[in-house]
Amino acid sequence: MPFIPHTEQDIRDMLNAIGVAEIATLFDEIPASLHSSLPASVPSQVTEMEITRLLHERASRDVQPACFIGAGAYDHHIPAVVWELTTRGEFYSAYTPYQAEASQGTLQVAYEYQTMMVGLTGLDVSNASLYDGASALAEAVLMAVRGNRKSSARRVLMPATVHPAYRRVTETIVRNQSIQLEAVDYEKRSGKLNRAALERWSGEDVTALVIQQPNFFGCLEEVHELVDWAHANGALVIAVVNPIALALLTPPGEWGQSGADIACGEGQPLGIPLSSGGPYFGFMVCKNAYVRQMPGRIVGRTVDAEGRPGYTLTLQPREQHIRRSKATSNICTNQGLMVTAATLYMSLLGAVGLERVAAACHANIRSLLDAVAGIEGVRPAFAGPLFHEAVLQLDAPARQVLERMAGTGVLGGYDLSQSYPELGQAILVCATEKRTDEDTAAYARAMQKALRVAQRA
Amino acid sequence: MLIFEHNREGRRAYAQAPRQQMEHTDIPASYRRRARALLPEVSELQVVRHYTRLSQKNFSIDTQPYPLGSCTMKYNPRACNTLAMLPEFLARHPYAPDRFGQGLLACLWELQELLAAVTGMQGVSLAPMAGAQGELAGVAMIRAYHEARGAHERTEIIVPDAAHGTNPATAVMCGYQVREIATAADGDVDMAALKGALGPQTAGIMLTNPSTVGVFERRIEEIAGLVHEVGGLLYYDGANLNAILGKARPGDMGFDVIHLNLHKTFSTPHGGGGPGAGALGAGKRLYEFMPIPIVAREGAQYRWHTEADRPQSIGRLSTFGGNIGVLLRAYVYARLLGREGMPRVAEFATLNANYLMARLRAAGFQIAYPQRRASHEFIVSLKREAKELGVTAMDFAKRLLDYGFHAPTTYFPLLVAEALLIEPTETEAKEDLDGFVAAMCRIRDEAREDMAFLKNAPYKLAVRRLDEVRAARDLNLSWKSGV
Repeated sequence: MPFIPHTEQDIRDMLNAIGVAEIATLFDEIPASLHSSLPASVPSQVTEMEITRLLHERASRDVQPACFIGAGAYDHHIPAVVWELTTRGEFYSAYTPYQAEASQGTLQVAYEYQTMMVGLTGLDVSNASLYDGASALAEAVLMAVRGNRKSSARRVLMPATVHPAYRRVTETIVRNQSIQLEAVDYEKRSGKLNRAALERWSGEDVTALVIQQPNFFGCLEEVHELVDWAHANGALVIAVVNPIALALLTPPGEWGQSGADIACGEGQPLGIPLSSGGPYFGFMVCKNAYVRQMPGRIVGRTVDAEGRPGYTLTLQPREQHIRRSKATSNICTNQGLMVTAATLYMSLLGAVGLERVAAACHANIRSLLDAVAGIEGVRPAFAGPLFHEAVLQLDAPARQVLERMAGTGVLGGYDLSQSYPELGQAILVCATEKRTDEDTAAYARAMQKALRVAQRA
Repeated sequence: MLIFEHNREGRRAYAQAPRQQMEHTDIPASYRRRARALLPEVSELQVVRHYTRLSQKNFSIDTQPYPLGSCTMKYNPRACNTLAMLPEFLARHPYAPDRFGQGLLACLWELQELLAAVTGMQGVSLAPMAGAQGELAGVAMIRAYHEARGAHERTEIIVPDAAHGTNPATAVMCGYQVREIATAADGDVDMAALKGALGPQTAGIMLTNPSTVGVFERRIEEIAGLVHEVGGLLYYDGANLNAILGKARPGDMGFDVIHLNLHKTFSTPHGGGGPGAGALGAGKRLYEFMPIPIVAREGAQYRWHTEADRPQSIGRLSTFGGNIGVLLRAYVYARLLGREGMPRVAEFATLNANYLMARLRAAGFQIAYPQRRASHEFIVSLKREAKELGVTAMDFAKRLLDYGFHAPTTYFPLLVAEALLIEPTETEAKEDLDGFVAAMCRIRDEAREDMAFLKNAPYKLAVRRLDEVRAARDLNLSWKSGV
C-alpha cells in the first residue's frame, strides 16, 4: 500500500483497541446513500518507476526555445544552492509556523526576507509574502482603501501601463467590494502614463494611484512627479515594482517628496523558476503607518524565556483565524517556500551581484535593440529610458512573426495586439542576463527572416 | 545569528553574478538609486551553512510526527518533487505558446478530469493558488450565479460557528453578510438554527464535511435539500476531504461548488506556509462561472481556455496559470495512489484517528464528541486538566515539542474549551501513535507533580517559550544595522 505503513498485525490490534471488527465500520455514520466507489475513469495506481517514465516522456515534448519573453516573468540565472537548500525536508515539509519554538528556521528566514525587502524598496515594513504579483496588487488596492481615511470615494486609478493581467486579477478580487478602478491612458510617443489624463482627477476624491515601475512596456515612469501629484490630491500611492530593477532604480520609499505608501510586485525574478507561471510569490512592503492594514503573515523578533532572540508570527489579530469576518483579508497561507528560495537568492547575489544582474539585463536589451535596428519593418514604439524590456512595432502581423520565430527556436516576445490594439502590430521583448551575444544574433536573424516571409505573403 | 551579522564589506559569492559590471548610464541619474540596499555580503559557503543550520531548527513531516488538526500533514513523496522539477517543466515561460507545453498540459488536463471524478463535480479549474483563494472564487461564483438571475436580494452567506476563519472572511470579501449558525451538542449542524437562518436573503451556505469538529455531517442531504429549496447554493470547504477520499463524494451530497486543498489531501508540501493550491470543482449550476485559465483538450492537442472561451467566468485569479508546479506534484501523487490507493487514504487516516482517540480516551483524556466516530481527526478537550491542574492546551502543546511531536492544532474550533484538534494522517505508523499517547500521559503526570515546570516548556528546542505579547507590542519586523 503506497505510503501506508500498517502491517496486518497493526490493523488487527488497532481495530481491537477501537472495538470494531473491520475498517468499513468506521464509516457507518456516512449515510448509505452517499457511499460510492471511484469511477473507472480514475486510473489505476502506478509505481514510481512507471510515473517517472511517463513524466520524462512528457517533459521531453516540452523542450523550450531561447526565451525573449518577459511580461511579468523573467528568465534569470538561479544558483544551484537555491533549490538544493529550499527543498531540504525541514523547509519543504513544514507547516505554517504556528508553533514558533518548533519553527525558528522558517521564521528566521522570513524575518531576514522581510529585512531584505525593506532594504530593496526603501519602505518600513514587509509582510512574509502573498500568492503572486497580480494578487498582491489586488490586496494592495484593498489595503489602500482601508488605509486612506481621508478618502471616501473608494476610487483607485489604475493606469493602462500596469500589466493587463494584474488589472484583470484586481478586478476579479475587488469586484464585489464596490471599489471603482479607473483607467488612466498613456502617451503614445513615450509609453508613459499620460499626465494630462491624470489631471482630469485633480481635486477629485481619489483613494489611491497605482504606478508600475518599470511599467508594463519597460518604460520608466516619472515616479517623483506622480507621487507628488497623488499626495497633493490626498491619494495613497501603490508602487508595482520589479525587485531586480530595484538594484538600479530609485526605491519606492524615495519616490517624490514623501515616497510611495505601499509597494508590491512579483517575486519570481528572485530565484524562482519560470515553471509556466507558478508557484511564484507576491511581495508587499509599506510605510509604518499602514502596518495594521497589511494582509498576510508578518514575522516579528522577540525574546524567549531566557532573554535570547527568537522569531514568531505577530500582529495576528489582523488575520482571518482570529478576526474571522472582520479580518483584513481571507489570506491564510503565503508562499513560504518561495520566500526561502528568494532569501537564498538575495544572500548569494548581495547588493553588488543584484546590481550586476540588473545592469547585464539592461545592456542585453540595449544590444538587442541595436541588433534589430537595421531590420526593415521593425522599430521601437517608444522613445525614452527603459529597463530590460521594450516594445517593437512591426510591419507584419505580430502573431505570425512570433509563430515563425518560434519555429526557428526563438520565443520572440509577447504579442500586445489583444491588450493594446491601438499599438497596431506590436510585441514586448525582454532580455535577461542569460541571453548571450549569440542568442541576440539568432534573434535578429529569426526576426528578419520571419518579417521577410510575412511581407512576401 | 542573522545572515546580515556575517556581512563583511567586499565579500560575495563570486560564482553567481555576471563577471563584469555592464554599462547602464543611459538610465538618467534621476531614475537611479543613490545607495545600495542592505543585503548580505557573504560567501557561498556561509550562505549554505547559515541556511542549513536554520533548516535544522524546524519541525517538519520529514523529521517528526506532525498531528496538526485540519492540516493533513502526511508524507510528501519525494518523487512528486523530483518529477515536478524536471528542467523542461521549470524552463517554460508562461507566455510560451501552448505547443511548447503539451506534456505539461496533458498532466494538468488529466488532473482536472481525475479531481472532477473523485469529487463528483462536472468540471475543475486549477486556477486558485490556495484554499482561501478557492473559497474566494467559489463564493464569487455563487454571487455571479445569483446576479445573472437578477437575485440581488440574496445578501447572506450562512456559516457554522465551527467553520474555518477563512469562510466568514471570504464571504465578506465577496460583499456578503455572514450569518453564523450554531453547532448542535452531537457535533452536527443545529437544524433548527439552520431553518431559522434560511430565507429569500440566503445566497448560500459554506460547510466543511467532515466538519471541523471531526465528525461526518449525517444530515447533509437534508441540509442540501433545504438550502436548494430556498434558492441558495452549497459551498464545500475541502479542507477535510482526506477523511472521505474515494469513499464519498461532495457532488453526491448536493454541493454546487467545492475547493480542494491539494497541499492537504493530495500531499503537496506545505513549505513552511505555502505555496498551496486550491483546485475548484463546480456542478452544473456553477460550471460556466469557473475562474480561468482551464485546460481544454481539442483532439490530440491541449490548450488554455481564457476569457474569450469562457465569457461567463468570474475571471482571472493569478497573473498566469496558478501554482503549476504544485499541480504537477499533486498529479504525480494522484497517479501513484490511483483508483485503489485513494480510498485506502481515507480508510487508514480514519483508522489512525479512531485508534488514537480510543487510546487517549482509555488513558483518561476527555474526548469532545465521545459518542461519535472520529473522521480523520478528533478533538481532545483539556478543560478538566486546566481546572484541576492549572495547565492549558498551550502548555501541553509546548511540552509535546520536547517529546519530539509537533503539537496538534490548539484552541480550534473555538466552541470547544482547551481544544487539541488531532489529525494523525494515514502515513503515521502505529508505534508513533503509541508514542504520542505515552507523551500525553507523561505530560499529565508532569503537570500533577509540578505545574510550573510545564508552564515553562519547551526546554529542548532552539529557543524556550517565546514572548508573543512583546513581539506584538514592541514591533521589530526587520533588522537594522547597529541597533
